[in-house]
Amino acid sequence: MYTETQIVHNNTKTTVDGALDGTGEMVINVGPQHPATHGVLHLVITLNGETIKKLEPHLGYIHRSIEKMCESLSYRQFIYVTSRMDYLSSHINNHACALTVEKGLQLEIPPRAQVIRVLMDELTRIASHELWWGAMAMDLGAFTPFFYAFRERETITDIMEETCGARLTMNYMVPGGVMYDIHPNFQRRVKDFITLFKSKIDEYNDLVTGNIIFQNRMKGVGKLSAEDAISFGCTGPVARGSGVKSDIRKLFPYEVYDKVEFDEILETEGDSFARYMVRIREMHQSVRIIEQLIDNIPEGDFQAKTKAVLKLPKGEFYTRVETARGELGVYIVSEGGTTPYRIKFRSPGFSNLSALEHMVVGSKLGDLMATMGTLDLVIPDIDR
Amino acid sequence: MPTLTNRAKPVDRRPMTMMEKMYLPAIAKGMGITLKHFFTKKVTVQYPEEKRPFSPVFRGLHILNRDEEGRENCTACGLCAVACPAEAITMEAAERKEGEEHLYREEKYAAKYEINMLRCIFCGLCEEACPKDAIYLSETFAPSNYKRETFIYGKSDLLIPDPKKEPELYQQALGSRAKREGKKG
Repeated sequence: MYTETQIVHNNTKTTVDGALDGTGEMVINVGPQHPATHGVLHLVITLNGETIKKLEPHLGYIHRSIEKMCESLSYRQFIYVTSRMDYLSSHINNHACALTVEKGLQLEIPPRAQVIRVLMDELTRIASHELWWGAMAMDLGAFTPFFYAFRERETITDIMEETCGARLTMNYMVPGGVMYDIHPNFQRRVKDFITLFKSKIDEYNDLVTGNIIFQNRMKGVGKLSAEDAISFGCTGPVARGSGVKSDIRKLFPYEVYDKVEFDEILETEGDSFARYMVRIREMHQSVRIIEQLIDNIPEGDFQAKTKAVLKLPKGEFYTRVETARGELGVYIVSEGGTTPYRIKFRSPGFSNLSALEHMVVGSKLGDLMATMGTLDLVIPDIDR
Repeated sequence: MPTLTNRAKPVDRRPMTMMEKMYLPAIAKGMGITLKHFFTKKVTVQYPEEKRPFSPVFRGLHILNRDEEGRENCTACGLCAVACPAEAITMEAAERKEGEEHLYREEKYAAKYEINMLRCIFCGLCEEACPKDAIYLSETFAPSNYKRETFIYGKSDLLIPDPKKEPELYQQALGSRAKREGKKG
């Protein structure tokens, strides 16, 4: 843990169950430089013994004022800045921004571009969940899964590099379609990946999911009821782990999501293991979507014809997409000019983090890591 | 004592079996999976001895292009600087003088052209914006240096080698990206 500790003497007898009265509480700082926070998240935790009494996240260490920056950028340019919000699903961030601009311009997107976008979205989702799986197992002390996850993720980043030109911040979206056509090898390599992935997912289950040590640490930890998940505004796998239907791809289908078959994964337990299982099962659904689309990429343009300078009509535009972490909303207020008047991003990480205190108060410090790992926090997404 | 909240961790009171209590089978199974990988094919690439081929759309560091006769293509129109979301590009234009026709292709040229590689986000919008085929994102990547100032690349760092004087270096710097099909000329 972080070395700076501070003893708060507690004369009032407000202690949690089982602790001796008058022993006092200890305030410790987890982060901002702590391996389990996956970034610069600072948690101030009040402990009584080893029991968490209070948890307070301190944000803002990686605030880059992306929303304000976007106000001075044109509708073509601001898309690429948003790759830096949730860097693990940067393609989906770009997708949300492109969709909002297209909504304002009332652009028809060519079917080929739609299918390419959805394919890339799902590949990004698998890559993100893979990284989460490895990092979360590492939080719990298992180091090998991290390498295994990165091995399969590498295949996806290679596909991304070949078609999009970059590995992490793909910048593949333009208003009206995608930047380039897909690489000739794309379909073959995606099919190879699916074959590889299906053989490796059993290994994941053998190594981590089925492991009794892992299950003992995950089950019953970090409970979040469905009502609480709704009231905290949780979305994505966190809400679905509590049994709340929140998949934007099902509720408000965009692109071709209403034409493909896939299931919305729901678990009702609401504990860490349920959230874990949601993500594992979601990867299978992503593979299912890719399998349906990969052989059916329609011919035609990959980009709709747009003007050189984009101007959104005066008004307000909001779209939402399902990123790997939950619902990402993009809200643009336009005054009719070439740059947005105001942009607001509703990021999934922020709301999911707000539920953390509720989930861990009363449990042991070790359970904090098991809970925080399953929230899949990306700190630049929280701070923006 | 019953808890007032639903946050307490319910403990499974069922006693674990002897085997489960030891955790040994679980550890052995995990170790078995790990050990199996000693005998599988390596997945790592031994960079920098071994390098993977680049995709034709790979976005690395910029190059300023020359035409076949070795003249600079850039006319310092500033479209790349306007298109840049990170405001990484600055330039100063100058008029071509008599006797400089072998150096610059058109009447105007960039006397000073700077890209701040620390600001650049490698989105490729400068390349899309360029009407003169002058700026490309090449296959060079991961530069390293001790000082931040050295990452402001001037014309001497960006310009591609002369195709007439150093044809091999020119081809190497050009990479596969400039030859990409469908790129507007």
